[in-house]
Amino acid sequence: MSSDRVLLEVRNLTVDYVGDNSIARAVNGIDFDIREGEAFGLAGESGCGKSTVAFALARLTRLPGLVSGGSVRFQGEEVLSFEKARLKAYRWREVSFVFQSAMNALNPVIPVSEQIMDVIETHNPELGQKGARARAVEMFELVGIPPQRLDDYPHQFSGGMRQRICIAIALALNPRLIIMDEPTTALDVVVQRDIIEQIVELKSRLGFSVLFITHDLGLMIEFCDRIGVMYSGELVEVAPATSILTNPQHPYTRALGSSFPPLTGPRLRLEGIAGSPPDLRALPKGCRFSPRCPHAMAVCGETAPELRFYPQHESEAACHLLN
Amino acid sequence: MSLAELERTGAIATAGRTIIEMDSVDMDFVLGGTFFNQVVLRALSGVSLKLVSGRALALVGESGSGKSTCARMLARVYKPTRGTISFEGEDVTKFSGKRLARYRSDVQMVFQDPFGSLNPTQTIGYHLERPLRLHRPELSGKAVREEMLALLDRVGLRPAPDYLKRRPHELSGGQRQRVAIARALSVQPVVLLADEPTSMLDVSVRLGILNLLEDMKLQRQLAALYITHDIATARYFAEDTAVLYAGHLVEQGPSEEITERPQHPYTQLLIEAVPNPARKISTTRTRRAVDIPLWTAQSRGCPFVSRCPRVTAVCKEVMPAPVSVGPAHMVRCHHI
Repeated sequence: MSSDRVLLEVRNLTVDYVGDNSIARAVNGIDFDIREGEAFGLAGESGCGKSTVAFALARLTRLPGLVSGGSVRFQGEEVLSFEKARLKAYRWREVSFVFQSAMNALNPVIPVSEQIMDVIETHNPELGQKGARARAVEMFELVGIPPQRLDDYPHQFSGGMRQRICIAIALALNPRLIIMDEPTTALDVVVQRDIIEQIVELKSRLGFSVLFITHDLGLMIEFCDRIGVMYSGELVEVAPATSILTNPQHPYTRALGSSFPPLTGPRLRLEGIAGSPPDLRALPKGCRFSPRCPHAMAVCGETAPELRFYPQHESEAACHLLN
Repeated sequence: MSLAELERTGAIATAGRTIIEMDSVDMDFVLGGTFFNQVVLRALSGVSLKLVSGRALALVGESGSGKSTCARMLARVYKPTRGTISFEGEDVTKFSGKRLARYRSDVQMVFQDPFGSLNPTQTIGYHLERPLRLHRPELSGKAVREEMLALLDRVGLRPAPDYLKRRPHELSGGQRQRVAIARALSVQPVVLLADEPTSMLDVSVRLGILNLLEDMKLQRQLAALYITHDIATARYFAEDTAVLYAGHLVEQGPSEEITERPQHPYTQLLIEAVPNPARKISTTRTRRAVDIPLWTAQSRGCPFVSRCPRVTAVCKEVMPAPVSVGPAHMVRCHHI
C-alpha cells in the first residue's frame, strides 16, 4: 500500500529537556522517513523518547522540552522553520494527532458535535456552520457511530466510542499523516481489535500515512509496514515489520520481542530484559544498551555504534556485533 | 452453576489443598427504581470456583464482566447476595471481629495501580512495618526490621536498607509494584488476589513481576487468583483459566487448553482479538465489540446472545449447563 515517495523526512532530530542545572537529551539525533500511505511504528520502553519524537514532528514541544537540532521535512518543506500561519495549516490539515487517553482529549462539558465542528470551522471557515455539521455527520458515519448521537456529551459514550470520535476529529480535514500515540492502550482487547481494523480500513480508503506509537510490539508488527525501535533516545533498529519479528538484528529488539508471553506452545519461563534504561543525565560510555546487553563486548563500552544499513537483512541497525 | 456441577465436568483443580470455595454465588447491586420496583444489576450469576494452594486461577474477561467484583467478594469487601464462600471449610460471610481481621490477613490483594496503592507521604519502611506490627504482634522491634529487610530482598529490591527510607515517588512503577507485593507477603497470607497487577507497567518489567508472583506462589504454596484481560499473561502465570462474561462463567480449563482449543464463542472472540504479529490485519471488518448486556435479576438465557454467531431460540431462554469438552475443560454453550 505504501509508495516509495517520502512524505516526512526526519534527519538528526535532537530534543532536550532543560532542567535548572542539567540538560537531558531525550532524543539524540535520529533519522527516519515516513513514506506516503505507510504505517511507521516507533517502539520502545517508557521514557525512550517515542512520544517526544511525535510531539516534535507536530511542533508541539513545549518547555522544558526544546528541539535543539536537526530537520523535519514534510513534502520537502522544513517544518521546524514554519512561521505561525504556515504552522496553523500544517497542524491538523496536514498532520493530525490521536492521543492515548480519549477521556482527556475530549472536553467533558461540551457536546462532541461542537468539538468536531470547531476543528472544521477553524480551518474551513467558508463551509459555514451548516457545512461543518454536514461534514461532522459524515465523519461520524465514517467511524461507525450513529450520527444521531452527535450532540451527546463525551461521558455518554464508551471508551472505545470516545477513541473513535478522536479518530473522526483527526480525520476531519483529510490530513496526509496521523500521529497515533498509544491510541488503544487504555482499551479492552476486543475494542482494540475493532478500532485497529477500522484504522486499517480507513487508511487504505483515504491513503493517509500513520506514525504509530505503542509499547505493544505484537500489535505494532501486525499493524505497521516498517518499525523503528528506540532505546534511550536513539534508534537502534529500523526494519520492515516482518523482519522485526522473524529476523531482529539488534539484541534490544530481540529482548523486547521475547518480553511477550506467547499464546501457543509450552508454558516456559521467560526472562525479558534485565535491568532498566539508563538515566539520561548519566549515560554510559559507548553503546547505551551495553550495560543490559547479554552480548556486550569490550568495544561496546568504548564507542557508540552507528545506525547502518544491512542490505542482506533489509534493515538498519546500530550494533557492533553486526560488523 | 453450582460447585458440584462444575466438579462433575472435571474442570477444577484437584491437586493441592483447597483453600477457598465459592459456590453458586450471586452478587446484586441496586441501581435505582422504587422500593417495590427495584432495578437490580446482577454483577455475578451463579459463579463457582475453587482456589487451591500452590496454583493460580486466572479470571479473564472484558471490562464490566465481573472480574474485580469476584476478587472484592473474596477479600470480603462485599458479601454475596446468594451462595456461599468458604475458607478452609469455614463460612466466610459469618466472619466478624477478630476472625474477620485474621481472614483479611490470610487473604491479601495486589492492586492494578502501584501509584495509587502506596501512600506518597510515607516511606517504604512504613508500608511494610504497619502490617507487620498489626498482624504479627509477636515480633520484636528488631525482628520487625529484619523481616522488612528480608521481604525487600525477596522481592528483588536490593540493597534492602536503601529502600526502607525511600518514598514511593522515588521508585519506578515496577519497583512500587514490588513494594505492594512485599507488603502483601508481610502478613504471611495463604491466598493472593492479584487484580491486573501488571497492566499499568511497562512491557519490560511485566515479566519480572509475573515471575516474582510465580516464585512466591510456588515457594509459599499460595493459592492465587489472577485477574486480567490479557489472556497471554493469564496463560503465562496461571495453570487454570476461567472466562467470565457478564457475570457468568462460560468456560474453564487448563490455560493451554483455553488458549489453544477455545470452545465458547466468547473465548474464541477474545483469543482472536489478541494482537498476533504472525498475521496481517484484515480489512474486511466484522464489528465485534458490543456493549456487555446489563444483566438484571429478571434477565434470562445466555448473556452472550447479542454477540453470538451461533445463537438460536433456546439460547434466549435457558442458560446452558456446563459440559465437559476435554480433560478438565468445561464450557457452557448449547451448540457444542
